Amino acid sequence: MSRIGVFVCHCGENIGRTVDAAEVARASGNLPGVAHATDYKYMCSDPGQALIKQAVAEKKLDGVVVAACSPHMHEKTFRRATAGAGVNPFLCEMANIREHCSWIHENRPAATAKAIDITRSIVEKLKRNAPLEPIRIPVERRALVIGGGIAGIQAALDIADGGREVVLVEKGPSIGGHMSQLSETFPTLDCSQCILTPRMVEVYQHPRIKLLAYSEVEAVEGYIGNFNVTIRRKARGLDETKCNGCGQCQASCPQKKIPSEFDAGLGKRTAIYVPFPQAVPNIPVIDSGHCARWKGIVKGLKKFACGKCIEACGRGAITFDLEDKIVTEKVGAVVVATGFQLYEIGRDHEADGLKGYGEYGYGRIPDVIDGLQFERLASASGPTAGKLQRPSDGKEPRTIVFLQCVGSRDPAKGIEYCSKICCMYVAKHTMLYRHKVHDGRAVVFYMDIRAGGKGYEEFVRRAIEEDGAEYVRGRVSRLERDGDVVRVQGFDTLSGEPVTIDADLVVLATAMRSQPGIEALAQKLSVSYDRHGFINEAHPKLRPVETNTAGIYVAGACQAPRDIPDSVAMASAAASKVLGLFSNAELEREPNVARVDEATCAGCFHCRRVCAYGAVERKEIRDKKGNLVKVVASVNRGVCQGCGTCQATCPGKSVELEGFTDPQIYAAINAFQG
Amino acid sequence: MRLGYFPGCSLHATARECEESLRAIAAPLGVELVELDDWACCGATSAHATNHLLSVALPARTLALAEQQGFDTVLAPCAACYARLASARHELARDRSALERVAAILERPFTNAVKVVSIAELLRDLTPRIREQARRPLGGARVAAYYGCLLVRPTEVSGFDDAEQPSSMETVITAAGGTPVEWRRKVDCCGAGFSLSRTGSVIRLGRAILEDAKKAGAEAIAVGCPMCHSNLDLRQKAMSRTMPEPLGLPILYLSQVVGLGLGLEPSSLGLGRHFVGTGRFVEKATAPPAPAAKSDEPRKEVA
Ligand SMILES: Cc1cc2nc3c(=O)[nH]c(=O)nc-3n(C[C@H](O)[C@H](O)[C@H](O)COP(=O)(O)OP(=O)(O)OC[C@H]3O[C@@H](n4cnc5c(N)ncnc54)[C@H](O)[C@@H]3O)c2cc1C
Ligand code: SF4
Ligand code: SF4
Repeated sequence: MSRIGVFVCHCGENIGRTVDAAEVARASGNLPGVAHATDYKYMCSDPGQALIKQAVAEKKLDGVVVAACSPHMHEKTFRRATAGAGVNPFLCEMANIREHCSWIHENRPAATAKAIDITRSIVEKLKRNAPLEPIRIPVERRALVIGGGIAGIQAALDIADGGREVVLVEKGPSIGGHMSQLSETFPTLDCSQCILTPRMVEVYQHPRIKLLAYSEVEAVEGYIGNFNVTIRRKARGLDETKCNGCGQCQASCPQKKIPSEFDAGLGKRTAIYVPFPQAVPNIPVIDSGHCARWKGIVKGLKKFACGKCIEACGRGAITFDLEDKIVTEKVGAVVVATGFQLYEIGRDHEADGLKGYGEYGYGRIPDVIDGLQFERLASASGPTAGKLQRPSDGKEPRTIVFLQCVGSRDPAKGIEYCSKICCMYVAKHTMLYRHKVHDGRAVVFYMDIRAGGKGYEEFVRRAIEEDGAEYVRGRVSRLERDGDVVRVQGFDTLSGEPVTIDADLVVLATAMRSQPGIEALAQKLSVSYDRHGFINEAHPKLRPVETNTAGIYVAGACQAPRDIPDSVAMASAAASKVLGLFSNAELEREPNVARVDEATCAGCFHCRRVCAYGAVERKEIRDKKGNLVKVVASVNRGVCQGCGTCQATCPGKSVELEGFTDPQIYAAINAFQG
Repeated sequence: MRLGYFPGCSLHATARECEESLRAIAAPLGVELVELDDWACCGATSAHATNHLLSVALPARTLALAEQQGFDTVLAPCAACYARLASARHELARDRSALERVAAILERPFTNAVKVVSIAELLRDLTPRIREQARRPLGGARVAAYYGCLLVRPTEVSGFDDAEQPSSMETVITAAGGTPVEWRRKVDCCGAGFSLSRTGSVIRLGRAILEDAKKAGAEAIAVGCPMCHSNLDLRQKAMSRTMPEPLGLPILYLSQVVGLGLGLEPSSLGLGRHFVGTGRFVEKATAPPAPAAKSDEPRKEVA
């Protein structure tokens, strides 16, 4: 017969107002197996906890039920108190009579009766609890950061500065991400390159950061503290150890007309190229799709079509070896920082449900560009060296019209969310423009101005009041090319009048979308994503940089549209989580994980199919001679998140969640019938 | 192909040339047009401005008749009729209880199984046949395809073409031997039913449409709606009044353009019924091809 103590909390007025706590204690005291029952105003307070410890000692209690708030709130507190009294902490349970009872009812006698039921149910469950020990897992104290934008850079630097090794994997030839393409940044108008490039160099030179640029994550196995990562190092076509970044090859390449990704298609690059002069690492790659030599080889030409770069390279670095290499790394934590891409207004969208803008010409009007292209035009390092020239004829635009919310907040085009950054960068663009072309006209069509953030509203006001940007509240229904101009037909919803403006250049603030292929990466990592492909955080308020998979964190614009300050804040938060995890060589985890009864498991592996975390493995059972007897399911205690899905799925009742076994749950339910 | 034909109130009256040309091209294109027996008004603007149920039930009655009379597709050559019929079909396909309610009102069996097509969709789907049967290169005539509001909108209801940058009529014009022009006003509104109540607006809107077509080099405009037709054709004289010279842009039904391409007699296509004379255009379109070497030139433009 058990000796359980029941401690009923008033939670000040929170519970006491609608539930008669003393009555709950009295009724619980009469339950079989309950040796002690009492109530107190604040159980979680110091005297409250002392009350528990004292009762355990005096009444020789072997289990504790605290009837109070949600276990999310204070289970840890009371389990610690119980452990402090010398009883296994997993023999302490909470009966939630606040969220599940007092807060949602008004009738005091009925609520009191329900609180008694809830408490009885938990008492019955507790009688079937077994003492459990926390799980200990060794931790590999190195981190993987995926994505080398500002978020990935910040996370890598913070972790490395915190004393731990980092492997930074970037899919492009250089780190830097979108921030490297920006001209000046809101809300301070400081030059993007000037604040970014020193950090890129720091990454490169950091003794604890291993930079794997032009690489992609192929596979991830394992669990928190113990991930095995397979990485594909894409071939650059040259020997990185020999290259000194002199750029002779690039200067010699005859293929000079390839649209530059870095310049958002507005500038040109060669087939062997470094994306931009400040690239890190400053090592070129050969774009085999555009290289004449490679195209010749593919076509089966007997002679090499070109080899100018090989001749130009003084160090014999160019090998034309295009064999990818596969490397593996063992890490204990992963930070996902893969950033975003911009929505395109063209007709074809690979994502279901996204549509382009036929009313804006499906992107075929040359002087209709997107925000990133404007950044390149305004940037001193851009294709026009910072001179504002429109793409069609190089003319300096006298009138620029900016359209906000293109794609964003438009369910008809498939995206209902707000991209958050465009209101701000459009204001920035109007300023940059007016600073360069003093008598130019900058007109902005907006739905609302969303300028929440430190100094943000002031920034927008400055654009309007000091730099003379004209803001028109309303949408644009049509953009058409008429000779030399782009005719903008819109509607001013404040004056109720249609507006027509002949613009020299139109800049679209297109929506921020998740990266292409992010779903595949998320699946490799077993992290969930929303229907737009943004990585889900574990809790939108309380766990914003963790994912639903332990040991995997998220930072920057791959989680939701984010500006630089937000991305950096998230990155530092993720880094501090990683450093926290790495602070011990071993990891302690709650033992509420699933366990398979190997004797009865029939090996159907339904559990393996339903487990969202990939925690169920196959295990071979062999006899003494080594003959295979059977294959059963086995739960990896490091990976299991204790969700219980396998338990509910197993047709043979061969898998149980420790702390929530069938007998415990049934006893709790049956107690309600009393 | 056997089609249930829903003439609506205009095809026997103001838009007779549309009906005549449709009937004329039907045979060479292998289409049998059978006018629905006992059809009634689609409800037009009046019904859906006054009573939603009525605006669905009226076209539903026509669809039910078509079903009873054994058609699987109904052709509604008027864009407004098409919009009413297709909207009713769309709404009832998504709302079972509305379908039951309407079926009860109709007092006849109704399963909402009949498809509704416009001239543009019908002829676009017949382009292989048009190309095969085309007899004249139309003298390379440059034609602006005008869709107006209702042929391709709303997307959920119409859906056979892009609502903002449609191309089905251009496909048909090319197949018939004409040269479609690139222009900007093809999905703008012609003013529609405001023709009588706010004629000034209709004239302003129509003028913008025609001026743009002209600027793009069009020699004629092809339409797929009697309402658009009357606004652009009948009102063209008034539009030209403030202009240095008359616009002089003939407004043809798409079916007339196809008829000319198929080499049919212009008189059989109702081409004499227009307010803005079609003579010059017809002359160019029907001119015998010039000697071999030269005759290729206009075709090049097509490609
Ligand atoms: C036009 C425009 C103007 C802007 N102006 C400002 C401004 O003035 N101020 C401001 O605060 N913010 C501004 N922003 C927002 C800013 O660009 C973002 O906040 C910032 O770039 C987000 O950083 P990130 O590292 O999360 O993503 P990104 O910059 O997108 O970097 C992600 C990186 O991950 C890499 N990657 C992607 N997928 C993989 C993969 N599978 N494996 C490996 N690597 C991968 C990418 O190649 C990239 O290098 C602007 C944005 C735009 C579009
Ligand atoms: S579902 Fe049950 S029986 Fe089947 S493999 Fe999993 S544990 Fe074994
Ligand atoms: S409880 Fe079961 S389903 Fe859930 S993670 Fe653990 S093994 Fe997988």
